[in-house]
Amino acid sequence: MDAHAAELHRFLTGLVGPTEAEDCLQETFMSALRAYPRLRHGEHLRAWLYTIAQRKATDSVRRRARRPTSDLDGVQLHAPPGPEPADEGLWLTVRGLPAKQRVAIVHRFVLDLAYAEIAGRMGTSEEAARQNVSAGLRRLRREVTP
Amino acid sequence: MSDDLERRLRAGRPAPLDLDRLRGSLANRAAEAGLLDVGYGMHDSPLGTLTVFVTPRGLAGIAYPDEPIEQQLEEVASTISPRLMAAPERTDRVRRQLDEYFAGDRRRFDVPIDWRALHGFREQVLRATARIPFGQVSTYREIATEAGSPNAYRAAGNALGSNPVPIVVPCHRVLHAGGGLGGYTGGLERKRLLLQLEGVIPG
Repeated sequence: MDAHAAELHRFLTGLVGPTEAEDCLQETFMSALRAYPRLRHGEHLRAWLYTIAQRKATDSVRRRARRPTSDLDGVQLHAPPGPEPADEGLWLTVRGLPAKQRVAIVHRFVLDLAYAEIAGRMGTSEEAARQNVSAGLRRLRREVTP
Repeated sequence: MSDDLERRLRAGRPAPLDLDRLRGSLANRAAEAGLLDVGYGMHDSPLGTLTVFVTPRGLAGIAYPDEPIEQQLEEVASTISPRLMAAPERTDRVRRQLDEYFAGDRRRFDVPIDWRALHGFREQVLRATARIPFGQVSTYREIATEAGSPNAYRAAGNALGSNPVPIVVPCHRVLHAGGGLGGYTGGLERKRLLLQLEGVIPG
């Protein structure tokens, strides 16, 4: 599990932002522990972890959307993703993409995966992975201010 | 333009995760939920960095650093439970006693042992071995006899060679009848050091 923690954390930070990422990661691992007796190790486990992580991220985004907006939420949303100069506008827009595009974009640019790997993790064809990434990029280019 | 967007996406990689902190809080949550079957911690000793595995029932394993940690974890995951996490504080009691033992201040380990992963003759051999006192030795044949099969001394040797809890279950105290050291799960050099520490052979 340790082997997957750092990469899953990057994945989740891309999907939900730094504040929620660690919670989502813990939730993912708790789910894995609950399900462990039924699971096998190896590639299967990895794919399964990403599916769960993705679901936890969706839950988290949904929870946040239901919460009434307040100044405090605004502060949290704008927490920078680490020591890098924050590019909050861009990442907030990424979080607003349709789920498939969002996940594909994070796999591609945050985790640096090849399209074949993205396809494997998302259970789609390589062509669909490519399309999800380019559709996401197209939409970002329209919506993100330079 | 498009390159710029991609560059910005790539630059948005988050800060490295504080894995130790995450492990700590996850291990606590998992233990509270009854989902932590095995906690482990690393321990520096004169015999190298040991990995200590503890379950709610007691000490389940001590591994020498001859195998990479991933392989050790894999083994424990398959023999005991895959609900396995770094939880050093859960191994504190064992590790304190190991320190005392190596410092010459402890002759007997006072920790329950989790025998669940062991069965049959192998379990009997290791339980008999656990009764050999500090500073004394036995032979493969004696141990086989105590385990109920006097002629199975080779099988006894195999059981000792796969002792999951070396040092605490003192398989280093079992020698050849002729006085030869026999074998050891962590290599003969370690067996010699342990026997020197206990004053069985001159240091």
